[in-house]
Amino acid sequence: MLAQLTRDERLNALIILFVVAACGVAMMIAGQGDPLGLHGGVVLAAAVLGIFGVVAGYYAPEPSEARFSQYYDDPSKIGIILAMGWAVFGMFIGDWVAWLLVYPDLTFDAGWSSFGRIRPVHTTAVIFGFGGNALIATSFHVLQRTSGARLPDQLLPWFVLFGYNLFCLLAVTGYMMGITQSKEYAEPEWYADLWLVVVWVAYFILYLRTLVRRREPHIYVANWYYMAFILVVAILHIVNGLTLPISLGSAKSYSAFSGVQDAMTQWWYGHNAVAFFLTAGFLGMMYYYLPKRAGRPIFSYRMSIISFWGIVFFYMWAGSHHLHYTALPHWVQTLGMTFSVMLLVPSWASAGNALLTLNGAWHKVRDDATLRFMMVAAVFYGLSTFEGSFMAIRSVNSLSHYTDWTVGHVHAGALGWVALITFGSIYAVVPWLWKRERMYSAGLVEVHFWLAVAGTVIYVFAMWNSGIIQGLMWRTYNESGTLAYSFIDSLVAMRPYYAARAIGGLLFLIGAVVGCYNIWMTVRGVPRAAAEVPAASADPDDPIRQPAE
Amino acid sequence: MGFDHDTTVWFSKTFGLFYLMALLLGVVVYAYWPSNKKRFDQAAQSILHEEERPWR
Repeated sequence: MLAQLTRDERLNALIILFVVAACGVAMMIAGQGDPLGLHGGVVLAAAVLGIFGVVAGYYAPEPSEARFSQYYDDPSKIGIILAMGWAVFGMFIGDWVAWLLVYPDLTFDAGWSSFGRIRPVHTTAVIFGFGGNALIATSFHVLQRTSGARLPDQLLPWFVLFGYNLFCLLAVTGYMMGITQSKEYAEPEWYADLWLVVVWVAYFILYLRTLVRRREPHIYVANWYYMAFILVVAILHIVNGLTLPISLGSAKSYSAFSGVQDAMTQWWYGHNAVAFFLTAGFLGMMYYYLPKRAGRPIFSYRMSIISFWGIVFFYMWAGSHHLHYTALPHWVQTLGMTFSVMLLVPSWASAGNALLTLNGAWHKVRDDATLRFMMVAAVFYGLSTFEGSFMAIRSVNSLSHYTDWTVGHVHAGALGWVALITFGSIYAVVPWLWKRERMYSAGLVEVHFWLAVAGTVIYVFAMWNSGIIQGLMWRTYNESGTLAYSFIDSLVAMRPYYAARAIGGLLFLIGAVVGCYNIWMTVRGVPRAAAEVPAASADPDDPIRQPAE
Repeated sequence: MGFDHDTTVWFSKTFGLFYLMALLLGVVVYAYWPSNKKRFDQAAQSILHEEERPWR
């Protein structure tokens, strides 16, 4: 890793690491007797580890000029491995949380393992750890290929990747110590948030610096989605993260907003995190890896542009549907609901575009589990966006809100769409990155596919049942006009579904472990590809059909 | 007409309609402008035959 950095870059890496170490020490001193001090120790340890690494390789020979004739893929490779590591960790915690709801004793009487602490560990590990690393890794790959340009330097990508993982580590360890802002998907406290701003701005600068070096004036649509993901997440994160710590020596902070404004800001953030982290970025993945793997151009490039602007502008307004029947003004709720329903148009345009791209390549979908991962992901994208629009309608929301239906909806999107498109993309990109002729075992990809699909379906159906039963029990009245069921009655009714959900989650987790093994064996064992053959048909006798108009 | 609550609410409730319609028009015109077709077709094809090496 260090051999690819120039001497100057190694020096800069050391400077950065010393600054990070100094921050860690400052946090330790200021935060004595506070969890902040412990986190200072984590930061210091991470920096010292990095310093040892850089010093050990400091006098290694410098990279040759030959590097400029190759893409810089090592950050992508490490990013993929980190993503898979976070996937297994996050899904393991997720399944633990699921079993915890069936058997409440599974906290083993510890504070750090209580439901309220390990649930955000699960969501952060899978969304930011798994999803975020996969997005960073694939964005570097897609950006370089579609621009025809190498990343501009060798240091910044590592800063982004490792800096981001330090943020994830601070987040996850913080929850277990009880550090949280208690805002969905925005739990990490102020110092971790500040660090993420630095990392994220660096990521955006890196993206732009590579993009200005591109070969063709036109920017391929996948890059638009990745850029929207980076830019908008920065905006959301900064605005929702406007907090004041109670002192510089404390991990605790309070939001700059209060009351319903705070709630609206949080759900503007929260729903757009779904839109730009979990949708735009992964659509970027889809618009590159799906056509590439299928060997066919995207069905309608024009539709991809229109749906891009539709998604970007509609999502911004939809957050208030999380606050139906609250103190939020009624018309703001209605506005959010209306935009949520309108979102169906660009969402289905994207899902339809993906599926129509496969028209004429269905035999490949049948034979190739990697492509099938992406196809099923597009189907789930279509299903969960339909469901989301539907659930945002106020009267539907009165039944679904606060129930497991919401949990089922989120997982239809997170497992069915986000994770499946990611696994499909990873199986496509691993042989390309490591220059292997294929994955170690196509059979194991198949096994993973079926485990993932079965797990998702079991999970989602369990939560639909549980959520609707729960919602109905909460609103059933008896003749005297009082509630027919106590809360504990609804818990008893949900228990079988909780067990089913945990089993579905377990299947999904096993699939991810199988995927890790397959990737590991591909990197270790599969012979190198003779020459780097692009997956697309290079055969002039096999003309690729033009996109339909 | 001062910058009071009612004005602000009126503005919040209406301006989105106009700029979103303008945006929609702009995007559709851009996407379907006949002379852009070639560029989009090329872009769609571009990822299928990429160079193995960066140009810089």
